[in-house]
Amino acid sequence: MNASLFPRIVAWAVACFLALPVLIMLPISLTPNRYLSLPKDGISLRHYKSLIDDPQWIASIADSLFVATLAAMLAVVLGASFAIGIWRRGGMAERVLQPIMLAPMIVPPIVHSVAFYKGWAEIGLLDTYTGLILVHAMKGTPFVILTVAAALANFDPRTEQAARSLGASAGRTMAWVVLPQIKGGLLSGAVFAFFISWDEIIVALFITMRQVYTLPRRIWDGLEDNIDPAIAALGSLMILATVALMILQTIKKR
Amino acid sequence: MTAFAPKTASGAGRTDRFYLLMIVLPCAFLALLYFLPVLNVLVLSVTEPQPGIQNYQMLAESGALHRILLNTLRVSLSTTALTLLLGYMFSLGINSMAPRTRTVALFVVLASFWISALIRAYAWVAILQPNGLINQLLMGIGLIDTPLILVRNELGVIIGMVHYMLPYAILPIYANMAGIDRSLLRASRALGANRWRTFWWVFFPQSLPGLAGSGILVMIFSLGFYITPAILGGGRVVMIAEYISIQISETLRWGVATMLATVLVMVVVALTIWMSRYLKVGGGLASKGGKS
Repeated sequence: MNASLFPRIVAWAVACFLALPVLIMLPISLTPNRYLSLPKDGISLRHYKSLIDDPQWIASIADSLFVATLAAMLAVVLGASFAIGIWRRGGMAERVLQPIMLAPMIVPPIVHSVAFYKGWAEIGLLDTYTGLILVHAMKGTPFVILTVAAALANFDPRTEQAARSLGASAGRTMAWVVLPQIKGGLLSGAVFAFFISWDEIIVALFITMRQVYTLPRRIWDGLEDNIDPAIAALGSLMILATVALMILQTIKKR
Repeated sequence: MTAFAPKTASGAGRTDRFYLLMIVLPCAFLALLYFLPVLNVLVLSVTEPQPGIQNYQMLAESGALHRILLNTLRVSLSTTALTLLLGYMFSLGINSMAPRTRTVALFVVLASFWISALIRAYAWVAILQPNGLINQLLMGIGLIDTPLILVRNELGVIIGMVHYMLPYAILPIYANMAGIDRSLLRASRALGANRWRTFWWVFFPQSLPGLAGSGILVMIFSLGFYITPAILGGGRVVMIAEYISIQISETLRWGVATMLATVLVMVVVALTIWMSRYLKVGGGLASKGGKS
């Protein structure tokens, strides 16, 4: 028993280390002071109020929601189409093309940020919603490919062939047989792609200025000026939402 | 029978074209809008400011570049080593926990993975800065008189990066450990080896693929990391990504920036190919997507 006690102590220490920034966020957000501190005498919701009162935070949240929703939709179309195509055809396409299509996940963000900065300037997409949505969709596509491919791995290709040989067209087979079978993969791919966009900062720093001003961009600029406790309030809300969604998911799985 | 056969054949042909189109369209989309801009930038490294390899010669000559590359390498290696050590111990620890407690520990890891890197870096600044929580705590109990410098230096950057990378390391290491055949360990014990010997000679070698795979994965992410070093380093610990960004937005030296970007991409691609021997690229993420 002693031999496994030490790793278990380390495991809990690591868990505490991982949870520390999360656990610290809530008390900071409740401080009555203007500056970053733990609340000593009483708590206050002023930083949450300043979040709601400030139209700029709301505008950035709206920008991020809009960009992330459209980027996730486009990523699902691109990623699912590719994953289903190679699932059906396999062979060369799978071995050669799949690693290439996963590149946006592996290439360091700074590299493609510079590339989009240059490229989008040439075709006039800098600081536009279209420009940011396109980039975010391409960054989300590899995650959709992986989740959809994982879902397809459990799906017997003969079901698809059966539908075809019974006279269903390719389109109808897709809509009625294939897509319903991989709903779970499509959904987790969409969640991944949405989150990638919602959280993306480096490309946004390069290709957006004033017209498009997403939430991470505003947080980043807020960090440059001064460390505003309103960011802690926002962070607490985001953490609570994340944990709530995860708990919901765990309960649904049971 | 014969009248029916051509119809199926042409039907199969159409299906084939349909699925081919499903592959070709996304590929064309990425080729045009992703790979073309990226290649364009890589080409700039040999054409800007004039054609030639003078940008790459700087790699050998410039002291400033050497410092940046050394910073990047040192921080990335320290981060990788610490992350692997902690991630391995964590996985060992939860391996011997009751299923229910293990679920709780893994939930903490996944929650950490899903929380914004920006928000986490912000929290670390709040914890580590001179009038931050750790210093307030230590000075409050009278352990120190002057605040410890924990942020805007390499220590702060490494703390933040290890925190970011741990979930990426833990999930493949743990998945690999969970797949190790327990009966081999019992056999080793039954044949007279003690716990230590069993661990080092039977268990550890089998857990190496997970360890190697996550090590390379963490290294890949660390080398190009931007957010956490920029925020927690406060301009004092400049790594390659931040340096590229400065060349583009402030000094406008596109040649140097694109040269460094090319070097970074080549290193990362080489590491990815190496990693694919141990881990299915993105395999852990796919299962994580299914789980969360």
